[in-house]
Amino acid sequence: MMPDLGKYALAVLSAYGVSLVLIAAIVAQSVLRARRVRRELEKAEARHRNG
Amino acid sequence: MASIWEYANPRKFLATTDVVLPWVTALAAITLVAGLIWGFFFTPDDYKQGSTVKIIYLHVPSALMAINAWLMMLVASLIWLVRRHHVSALAARAAAPVGATFTLIALATGAIWGQPMWGTWWAWDPRLTSFLILFLFYLGYMALWQAVENPDTAADLTSVLCIVGSVFAVLSRYAVNFWNQGLHQGASLSLDREEHVADVFYYPLLVSIAGFVLLFIALVLLRTRTEIRARRLYALAARERMGQGAAG
Repeated sequence: MMPDLGKYALAVLSAYGVSLVLIAAIVAQSVLRARRVRRELEKAEARHRNG
Repeated sequence: MASIWEYANPRKFLATTDVVLPWVTALAAITLVAGLIWGFFFTPDDYKQGSTVKIIYLHVPSALMAINAWLMMLVASLIWLVRRHHVSALAARAAAPVGATFTLIALATGAIWGQPMWGTWWAWDPRLTSFLILFLFYLGYMALWQAVENPDTAADLTSVLCIVGSVFAVLSRYAVNFWNQGLHQGASLSLDREEHVADVFYYPLLVSIAGFVLLFIALVLLRTRTEIRARRLYALAARERMGQGAAG
């Protein structure tokens, strides 16, 4: 299944590795921050409602 | 017919993206995975570049999105400066880390691809250099948002920085046409069939580009929602501080 990358295997695999790690990092950071801010806003709005 | 400016209302934006975002995210994941699997596993080696041609499915889409993300930020910044819609300023802010990530991917994959093909990781070639400057503009833009406490002042200053940085976004795309010297070749994609890469590479490349575009849209929508909430949080915290100050 794995294609024969020949003498450039390291270059091709490292390009895919670096890119996928960076994509995963920005997706994870976006999702985690979205959850954290949403949670904090819910708490702040509850405090605001209760005076 | 609804006006596009309705979406400048944060509540309307949140309600609409609540419905749209899961679909865009799913489509982005399917398209990106399909494009990369097609390109990596089911395309032949190039007669000159060997298997390194598979890097094109990451390098070209990320470079394309690095430039277009900045242009999207430019449009959003201009809307902020002219019409003072907060959502547009927050959308520009939300897009910056995504654009910076794509720029970093383009720079990294370019260096990794350049080493075996050109014999060097880096050259002070017009396109490479303008891309590096674009990356530095992304970092400066994000740092400026962090450095200024008042959100409206930060939006004003970053909008001006975005306009200045647009010169390098355009240069990154067209530098190769302005100057003949440099290692980087011309565009891989063109409306002229004779100019772009062979069909066997072209179709998976189009799918991969679609995947990167959809990923960018999904991330910007998600991050804009977060920025809207963060702004509301900032307003509530300021109100609490004022209340405490008045009570004290």
